[in-house]
Amino acid sequence: MAMAQALPHDATMRTADGTPLKVALARAERREKLKAFALVSPLFAFIVLSFVFPILVMLYNAAHDPDVADNMPLTIAALAQWDGKDLPSEEVYAAFVTDMKAAQQNRQVALIGKRLNYEISGIRSKVIATGRKVGALDQPPFKEAVIAIDPIWGETETWATIERSSSAYTPFYMLSMLDMRQAVDGSVERQPQERRIYIDVLKRTLGISLLVTLMTLIFGYPVAYLLATSPQKTASILMIFVLLPFWTSLLVRTTAWMILMQDDGVFSQFMSITGITWLLNLFGQIDGSPRLFHTRFATVVAMMHIQLPFTLLPIYSVMKTISPNYMRAAKSLGGTPFYSFVRVYMPQTLPGVAAGCLLTFILSLGYFITPALVGGPSDQMISGFIFSATNNENNWGKASALGVILLIATIILYYVYNKLVGIDRMKLG
Amino acid sequence: MAVPSYYTRGETVAYYALRAFVGLVLLFLISPIIAIMPLSFNSETFFSYPMPGYSLRWYDDFFLNPRWSGALKVSFIVALATTALATFLGTLAALGLARVNFYGKSSVMAVLISPMIVPVIISAVGMFKFYALLGVAGTRLGIILAHTALATPFVVITVTATLSSFDKTLMRAGASCGAAPHTVFFKVVMPLILPGMISGALFAFVTSFDEVIVVLFLASPEDRTLPLQMFSGIREMISPTITAAATVLVLISTALLVTVELLRRRSERLRGVRA
Repeated sequence: MAMAQALPHDATMRTADGTPLKVALARAERREKLKAFALVSPLFAFIVLSFVFPILVMLYNAAHDPDVADNMPLTIAALAQWDGKDLPSEEVYAAFVTDMKAAQQNRQVALIGKRLNYEISGIRSKVIATGRKVGALDQPPFKEAVIAIDPIWGETETWATIERSSSAYTPFYMLSMLDMRQAVDGSVERQPQERRIYIDVLKRTLGISLLVTLMTLIFGYPVAYLLATSPQKTASILMIFVLLPFWTSLLVRTTAWMILMQDDGVFSQFMSITGITWLLNLFGQIDGSPRLFHTRFATVVAMMHIQLPFTLLPIYSVMKTISPNYMRAAKSLGGTPFYSFVRVYMPQTLPGVAAGCLLTFILSLGYFITPALVGGPSDQMISGFIFSATNNENNWGKASALGVILLIATIILYYVYNKLVGIDRMKLG
Repeated sequence: MAVPSYYTRGETVAYYALRAFVGLVLLFLISPIIAIMPLSFNSETFFSYPMPGYSLRWYDDFFLNPRWSGALKVSFIVALATTALATFLGTLAALGLARVNFYGKSSVMAVLISPMIVPVIISAVGMFKFYALLGVAGTRLGIILAHTALATPFVVITVTATLSSFDKTLMRAGASCGAAPHTVFFKVVMPLILPGMISGALFAFVTSFDEVIVVLFLASPEDRTLPLQMFSGIREMISPTITAAATVLVLISTALLVTVELLRRRSERLRGVRA
């Protein structure tokens, strides 16, 4: 009774200063959330600005290319009336001459040529030559005069291509990275056989990553098991063999493999001394003779060497938590050691296997340095093609479109990883 | 390493087979790193054994040739700046994330960790175009910003891991003893999460120190880092100085590894965790 009298009339609990407890708690919680927000937001803003946003801009470039639209505005306006069947009318050619004169003055002709060349190979030099000669044309009719400069302007396909590029937004790059293209009538069709390469590159990237993941699992699982079941002292010594490569730079390890795998290098010597050159006859051949350097075999071996700790460590940390009692119980119930291991121990290690394999698969997809240095031309993965698109071909639209494909694959796997493993439980070393 | 007497013959075979197999795998892991070191003392310019003589000429080139020593210096400056920035931002964020549960926390975490997951070539291409717009492409600042973005996930992960076993009542205890919030942070929280912070900082350091792809896109000729110098050296023609550079880098990673391991053991001892 005395307790009830001490409470105020509305029977709510209050803090010392009289605020209802519920309100005070909510206020404290809000304050905590604000503090958390204030702590997280600097990094969040930094990552969004310096990392997420640049990537979004790049993705945009995969579908955005204003080179033709910006430099041929009159031609494109005139082409709007064109039926697409016969050659365009005199007005289109007149507009084309005006546009080309302006482009020649602003030094944009090469850009137009470069862009059109992606779709009509060989047109680049013709556009540049036309740009030089178009200044001499000042009297209509232009149609015959332009076709006289180069017969390519007398082909409907050329004009259809220009018309397709009339919008700054183009499906061209994305389609070509899927080995498809737009036909003259605008419908989507597959590239001719000899121009289908990128689906193969994608398949190769996935194939190499899968192979590397499987190999790291096959080689890493027993090591993780021995490390997890050995006495602490032995385990720490053995762990050095795993952690030292893990901490050594990827470039150093790739360089090491490269130097050791040279044709007259240490591994070739080692293989012929120990008589395991037959391995090469099985896996690594170039033009029928056994080779190590610049083969798929070398690429997979070097990548596996680099990724092995990434697969092994998550499996190891799960195995550390498995009590030996389960195996004892299984054996005492009459299971053979092999049967107990497969039916009792292995299922418990699956979370670690999933975490390690997914991480290795995701990281393998993005490999560029190792295939570039150790592999041959037919071992290059998507990242390598992105690099050569930017650095050798100066084709940023292509690089961006390949980037979109690689990014989509990565994000799907990252999502799966987050659902299965949880990023907050990711550990290093 | 004797087999327990109750083992069946099959188990005995499995026991030795496992050890032999693991031995070979560990040998495979360590051998390229070990095999390359003696080659750096070769007196000739080729890469196979037996070596005709020993010399320090490649180390001489590495430390005294301005192309290599300059690159080493740039790498150190960039990596140290990256480490400072990444450790600061990453630790703050990890503290915030550990504080409360809020809606969308796992998405925020996913964004913060993504630079580690997204293939570096994609980051590099995007950053090149965007940083050129901002005017920081081709500057040292640009490289530092890019490397900081790539390195912060490691700090967030390591500090979050230390915080997950952190007992929050310690903070309340500190506060109830009359300490101001910043005193609680520096006297109570910081000493306990310091090992995580240092491991994160070391990870950030190696991330920047080893990174080559972003640098390929963002560096000006004056800002050649050591990995870039190595990479371009390899592509043109392998100079044996690379073996000296690789050996020095392996020694640096060994030192970092030892530091991280010692820290991990110290923090386990402090928190009474046996791993």
